[in-house]
Amino acid sequence: MDFINAFLPYILADIEKTTPDAIRIADYLPYILAGISVGGQYALISIGYTMVYGILRLINFAHGDIFMVAGFVMIYLSATLPLHISAVFVILITMLLGFVVERVAYKPLRNAPRMSIMISAIGVSYLLQNCAWYFTSGLAKQYPEIPWISESITIGSATTKIVTILTPVLTIILVAALVFLIKYTKIGMAMRAVSKDFETSRLMGIKINTVISITFLIGSFLAAVASLLYFTNYTTVTPVAGAMPGLKAFVAAVFGGIGSIPGAVVGAFIIGICENLIKGAGWTTFSDAFTFALLIIILVAKPTGLFGEKSTDKV
Amino acid sequence: MKIKENSSLKYISILALIGAMFLIIFILEQLLPPTSMLFMVLKKGAIYSLVAVSLNLLCGFTGLFSLGHAGFMLIGAYTYAIFTIPLEARNAVYQYFDGGIINFTLPVPVALLAAGACAAVFAFLIGLPVLRLKSDYLAIATLGFAEIIRAIFQWDKLGPITNGSNVLRKFPSFSSTIFPFAVAGLCIAIIVLLINSSYGRAFKAIRDDEIAAEAMGINLAKHKQLSFTISSFFAGIGGALLAMFQTTVQAAAFKSSMTYEILLIVVIGGMGSVTGSCISSFLFIAASEWWLRFLDDETYIGSFKVPLLRSGFRKVVFSVVIMIIVLFYQRGIMGTKELSMDAIGRFFRKFKKEEDVA
Amino acid sequence: MTENILHVEKLTMQFGGVVAVYNLSLDVNKDEIVALIGPNGAGKTTVFNCITGVYEPTSGRVSFMGKDIISTYLRGKMKKQYSGEIKECKILNPTPDEITKLGIARTFQNIRLFKSMTVFENVLIAKHMRAKQNVFTATFRLNLHEEKRAREECLALLEEQGLLHLKDELASNLPYGFQRRLEISRALATEPKLLLLDEPAAGMNPQESQELADFIVHIKNKYKLSVLMIEHHMDLVMKISDRIYVVDFGKLIAHGTPSEVQKNQRVIDAYLGVADDA
Repeated sequence: MDFINAFLPYILADIEKTTPDAIRIADYLPYILAGISVGGQYALISIGYTMVYGILRLINFAHGDIFMVAGFVMIYLSATLPLHISAVFVILITMLLGFVVERVAYKPLRNAPRMSIMISAIGVSYLLQNCAWYFTSGLAKQYPEIPWISESITIGSATTKIVTILTPVLTIILVAALVFLIKYTKIGMAMRAVSKDFETSRLMGIKINTVISITFLIGSFLAAVASLLYFTNYTTVTPVAGAMPGLKAFVAAVFGGIGSIPGAVVGAFIIGICENLIKGAGWTTFSDAFTFALLIIILVAKPTGLFGEKSTDKV
Repeated sequence: MKIKENSSLKYISILALIGAMFLIIFILEQLLPPTSMLFMVLKKGAIYSLVAVSLNLLCGFTGLFSLGHAGFMLIGAYTYAIFTIPLEARNAVYQYFDGGIINFTLPVPVALLAAGACAAVFAFLIGLPVLRLKSDYLAIATLGFAEIIRAIFQWDKLGPITNGSNVLRKFPSFSSTIFPFAVAGLCIAIIVLLINSSYGRAFKAIRDDEIAAEAMGINLAKHKQLSFTISSFFAGIGGALLAMFQTTVQAAAFKSSMTYEILLIVVIGGMGSVTGSCISSFLFIAASEWWLRFLDDETYIGSFKVPLLRSGFRKVVFSVVIMIIVLFYQRGIMGTKELSMDAIGRFFRKFKKEEDVA
Repeated sequence: MTENILHVEKLTMQFGGVVAVYNLSLDVNKDEIVALIGPNGAGKTTVFNCITGVYEPTSGRVSFMGKDIISTYLRGKMKKQYSGEIKECKILNPTPDEITKLGIARTFQNIRLFKSMTVFENVLIAKHMRAKQNVFTATFRLNLHEEKRAREECLALLEEQGLLHLKDELASNLPYGFQRRLEISRALATEPKLLLLDEPAAGMNPQESQELADFIVHIKNKYKLSVLMIEHHMDLVMKISDRIYVVDFGKLIAHGTPSEVQKNQRVIDAYLGVADDA
């Protein structure tokens, strides 16, 4: 971090020399940093959406709520356990939750119409929110301060938390690992096969249920990591805290071309940065609306997203 | 000839039933105190029936999966409220915007129609780009539009019209349960007529198989647009009724969770069943607002405290029940069937037969 | 006798890098039964989909009863690839419902009935497009005579097709043979001048396909239709077709009367020889 700190003033000074709008860039720097950070968090969540959609063709509406539950679990665990141990447990419990949700709510509907599974996902989301409400009595809870990553740091003209810098770095490392997993391991190959053709891969002896479970485990793992980073930034958790980040992460996944992991990541960063720049411009009311406007524009112009593949329906 | 007699008999019996229903409500209103939970459930149930049936027209009958219903209800609610707040109350309501810029009011029936029309116009415009999208994409695009509508109505630049993010209030509402029943009933009747018309058949054909429907000469774009616009028209009226019921309107309340709730009602009632949607609306509202209330209260039996019961438990139980229905009764209460005199007759005959056997 | 009904000219359909149909031309004349045959995957159904507007052809022109209904010029990369072969013309790109309204009806290879609707409703759908009505008059029953006429016509059609006793049955509950027959009846209800049948005898035994052959000839004469059909049952094709087009790998390899095609060496190599062995 010191390294970046040492160099940034020079870089910025350099930009100031070359561009007349340099002052504006410096003004917007905090927003850009926040955007990159929140973009990384969205990216981690959106991978869960995009992988599940790729395999099950299901918009997992409950994913945002799993992310929210991870936040609450951290709060309750950290009350009794040391932070680093609770962080590990948060990740494990969230993965377990994702696994259980899939087994209980989606697996029985494997052969049902797609709409039924989607509605089941909405039902799970409703259930998780209500459970969270029950346990917290609807009160916002304070997220524990995780040492080191919540410390402040000054970059150029902007002061921010270390987590802001850590998020994109961690995101890229995790995504790289995931892409490696999908490209070069046996289970990754199985995942790609299942997402190409569900029925045929079943006939080829791939254990569909195992593949789907692993997909949910990975998605939940990333959501748990994202929750650690996100709530460190936003400090309070409410039962509906997962809804908006969830939706935005989903929009990011669609934006990048649903089913494509790099697409989801790129989409998430674009949305995170744009959203914060709009806040910076003083249009806070529209920062959410903007995300959806972007979604609609991309859907109308290129329904398959930035990196999606086109498919022709056979008649 | 025989068929004709049968159908006129059917119409008479349906009319008689509706008459009896209104009579019962009227008598109940005389007997029970107006604050009774029953009336609250009946009013809200009637409004939700209308909204659920209008969503069912779209999801269940045309096969278009839209998640933007709350947005159209919001438009309806706001249109109604904006045009009916009495002039003398405007300064108090629009306190931050110098009384607003609209300086006329519409009579309630006209305002209700305007609410529907406004929602329909928005739906038409939104439908132009969005209805070309396939199932899931359509769902999220409409969800997105609902969120955008919500943001626009909260925008303080539009404050002189929408009162920004502040509450709209003091507009005329209703006290009698008959009013929402009459309005919602009339609207649902129109939807039923539509569904049973040639257009209704075309909608169902699109739901069953888009490509075959096109091959039968049904213009997909036109009919989808039609279904979307009509559905939104009635959602708008439903939104206006909801505003009257709540006596206040605030854009922040029309979140996507409201759409989800209505969607769950439709699913529980059965996709493609109007009577199913109505029944499940009343059950849903009654269960969530009334019957399960006791779960929220800490209860003691003697000195023993019943475990788990405390604020919020009702919603947990409720959502578990919903999950059970979604997982194990996928077709909902009615499936695609309708509750009709014939069906009731058949049921009782079957019942009687079983009794005879026993 | 030689009045032209359907004229397809230099039709090409490309999906990404795959050329499904290449430079295919065919004609259907009035009162003719024309068969389109070829091995699986030869691009026959794609031809149907192009004619009925389901796909937008990459290039080519289709005219129906002497009037252009579809024509496409080439764009982008494909323009370079096929330059000089096809002259540019006005673009006509109608949707399938417009084609149906003009008088071309079709059936599908994998039966596509409206499964949750009754047999009667399945046929009644066809009358929707021609009825003079709008949502308002239809909802408030201001056009009862229109609806009544449609119902009567459909009942007559069902009776004629021997489906009347099944009219209140759900389409999905019908036995396979009746489903095929319902699909043809439904197509007839749109009052077509040209009927496209996509493998009408698929899954039928010789006895049934024999009956189907008689049935096709019967409806052709009764409704004064022209028929273009895709079929694999050679005895049926040879028996009722006036002319046959043979397609292989998206290209036309032969065309003529049944006896001419049977003698054609290219056809035997590509198709019939294999079929006989099988």
